[in-house]
Amino acid sequence: MSDTHAQSVAFVRETSLPPVPPPASQAGAVKWMRENLFSNWVNAVLTIGSLYIIAMIVVKSAPWFMNGMWDTPSLAACREILQGKTGACFSVLTERWNQLLFGFKYPSTEYWRPGLAFLLLFIAAAPVMFFKLPRKLLIFTAIYPFLAFWLIWGGTIWTPLIAAFGFVVGYLVYARFMKQSFAAGFFGGIAAAFLTWWLGGMVGEAIAPQETLLEAVNSRDMGGFMLNMLLGVTCVSLSLPLGIVLALGRQSNLPLIKGICVVFIEFIRGVPLITLLFVANVVLAYFLPPGTTFDLILRVIIMITMFSSAYIAEVIRGGLAALPKGQYEAADSLGLDYPQAMRLIILPQALKISIPGIVNIAVGLFKDTTLVSVISMFDLVGMIRGPILASTEWNGVYWELFLFAALLFFIVCYGISQYSQWLERQLATGHR
Amino acid sequence: MNKSVFLGALTVAGLAAGAAAAGTLDDVKARGKLNCGVTTGLIGFAAPDANGEWQGFDVDLCRAIAAGVLNDPNAIEFVPTTGKTRFTALASGEIDVLARNTTWTFSRDVDLKFEFAGVNYYDGQGFMVPKSLGVSSAKELDGATVCIQTGTTTELNLADFFRKNNISYEPVPVETNAEGQQQYLAGACDTYTTDASGLAATRAAFEVPSDHIILPEIVSKEPLGPLVRHGDNEWGDVIRWTLNALIAAEELGVTSANAADMSTAGSNPEVNRLLGSEGNLGEMLGLSADWAKNAIMARGNYAEIFEKNIGENTPVGLARGLNAQWTDGGLLYSPPFR
Repeated sequence: MSDTHAQSVAFVRETSLPPVPPPASQAGAVKWMRENLFSNWVNAVLTIGSLYIIAMIVVKSAPWFMNGMWDTPSLAACREILQGKTGACFSVLTERWNQLLFGFKYPSTEYWRPGLAFLLLFIAAAPVMFFKLPRKLLIFTAIYPFLAFWLIWGGTIWTPLIAAFGFVVGYLVYARFMKQSFAAGFFGGIAAAFLTWWLGGMVGEAIAPQETLLEAVNSRDMGGFMLNMLLGVTCVSLSLPLGIVLALGRQSNLPLIKGICVVFIEFIRGVPLITLLFVANVVLAYFLPPGTTFDLILRVIIMITMFSSAYIAEVIRGGLAALPKGQYEAADSLGLDYPQAMRLIILPQALKISIPGIVNIAVGLFKDTTLVSVISMFDLVGMIRGPILASTEWNGVYWELFLFAALLFFIVCYGISQYSQWLERQLATGHR
Repeated sequence: MNKSVFLGALTVAGLAAGAAAAGTLDDVKARGKLNCGVTTGLIGFAAPDANGEWQGFDVDLCRAIAAGVLNDPNAIEFVPTTGKTRFTALASGEIDVLARNTTWTFSRDVDLKFEFAGVNYYDGQGFMVPKSLGVSSAKELDGATVCIQTGTTTELNLADFFRKNNISYEPVPVETNAEGQQQYLAGACDTYTTDASGLAATRAAFEVPSDHIILPEIVSKEPLGPLVRHGDNEWGDVIRWTLNALIAAEELGVTSANAADMSTAGSNPEVNRLLGSEGNLGEMLGLSADWAKNAIMARGNYAEIFEKNIGENTPVGLARGLNAQWTDGGLLYSPPFR
């Protein structure tokens, strides 16, 4: 018996077989392509069609980029070197680089100042954008607007110092009276700030030295992408608080406050931005005393801020309306007064809901800053359309310049959009 | 930055409100700077170069005015204006003089309350066609598609011209000169029409300019000149006679190179009066005796300014044509300096 099975079982496998790779059609790139690109004949046609179009674009535009000239003095020189071949004339970008970034009148020895202000912007914005950074950094954020103003405009340091001092005084008065009544603190603070500026303005006149550390630059001399950044950053950061105030005002129980906010928002939303810019540039001049030069950039900032704050107010109102009524009642039942309820319960939730809308408006606003080119300000597009295309060297260069402008705007807008998506993920605390 | 801009601007506004009121000439002298309105960029007429210095035909007129009034051709604040903002900038006092290839028309002079100080360029509307079209006269353009800037006087002139000659056309509206240039090159229209100086500048920027011709017909009058506000005649006289001084200087053979010599050793009494070594013309204007000499020495006489910016040796390549001296069959005719 013992050897019965010795013949019938010739071999017993003691180790498992090595794994065999799956069939070529079921793995790797082939599988992925079969599933995603060629799953049925419609998709296959679409894939091949798209590939063909992409290939055409690359093939057609590659020589344009490859043959690009980077160091010729004029368009005619580009054409002479290219001898009829296809090729870009990027030398306009290198020759007018500083003009594209800073405008044509910003003193060339002072380019480091807006550059430094731009770098510091990241440090100042970081604690606002990323909550995990140390809160102490917010002190720098508070200083930054005044520092950046001084860096970009130059002149006497007393102007930004007095302006900052006015804010400090206003805040102290607010903090002092807020205990008794919110309204008293609020309006008292504003009055105190304006009083400080008025007095400080007179004192500043007297003590301002003739020789200043940084050479003063006129508003009219600002230009290029710097002007777009300046308007975009300033107007977004100003219109956000203003928009919140407007949105809350629109929900107010006081008929007067509510009426003012509704009229303001509806009026601004019913008027094109370009109309407001023309008003800022042209019509305001008639209302001011003759010879007065009310700073043009300031006028434009006011108009763009008003415009975007009305839109932001509506977005935030949407966020407020989306909150269940229970949230308001919960705040009331805890005994919180109005400012506390808004600050601690309502706004954090409403703003979180509003983030995509606010970012949408911020991106739109940033691109809308190019509209100032129609009121003869030389922002990036204004520089291209005006001085650069009107110079005898570069008349006729379109693609290179406008692609460059598109690239700059794309980088900034894509950055903003990516940040907002990250922020939404960070703040996604359930409800879903 | 924001609130402090406001603060600064308020201070500036307060300071500036104090000045003003006096005549423009006194204002300019007190300010030490001429505020000159120019275009945001028109090839050959006004555009900043790579160093940010304004250059061009209109710009040099401003420099001559500044040199005559303030004895410094660089004491200028150039205020760029668009076609839409130029008149309000002048009316509101933001600029002292507008030198922005502006056509002198009845309604601008009378209704808008401006004072044209003269004509520094006689322009007119022309047509450009590709050579391959085989057209040699605008009257052969029957049925042609025409690229035309909307909302300009050229649009109306075009309609008039075709109606008068009883031929038809198909308009292709464009917004700006740059757009017109692209549309025309892309073949969207058979012919492109705008001011002849603009056509010349546009053609100069083409890859092969010789493939395109500018037709001989000029279908409208576009006298371009500097203008000031109504009601300040002293200032208007300063601009008018500075322009006349440049024109007279060419006629009398005074150039930027020889003005200094001629003002001392002159035997021609009119040259002496112009350059201030005889008579008191400058005093009558409220300027120094040698104002015209300074104006001429800033950028040269009319011919020098023309040749340097838009003349035949520049990429714009305009012939003098109507803008020659009256002695050469042109329209430039300065009243006598007496």
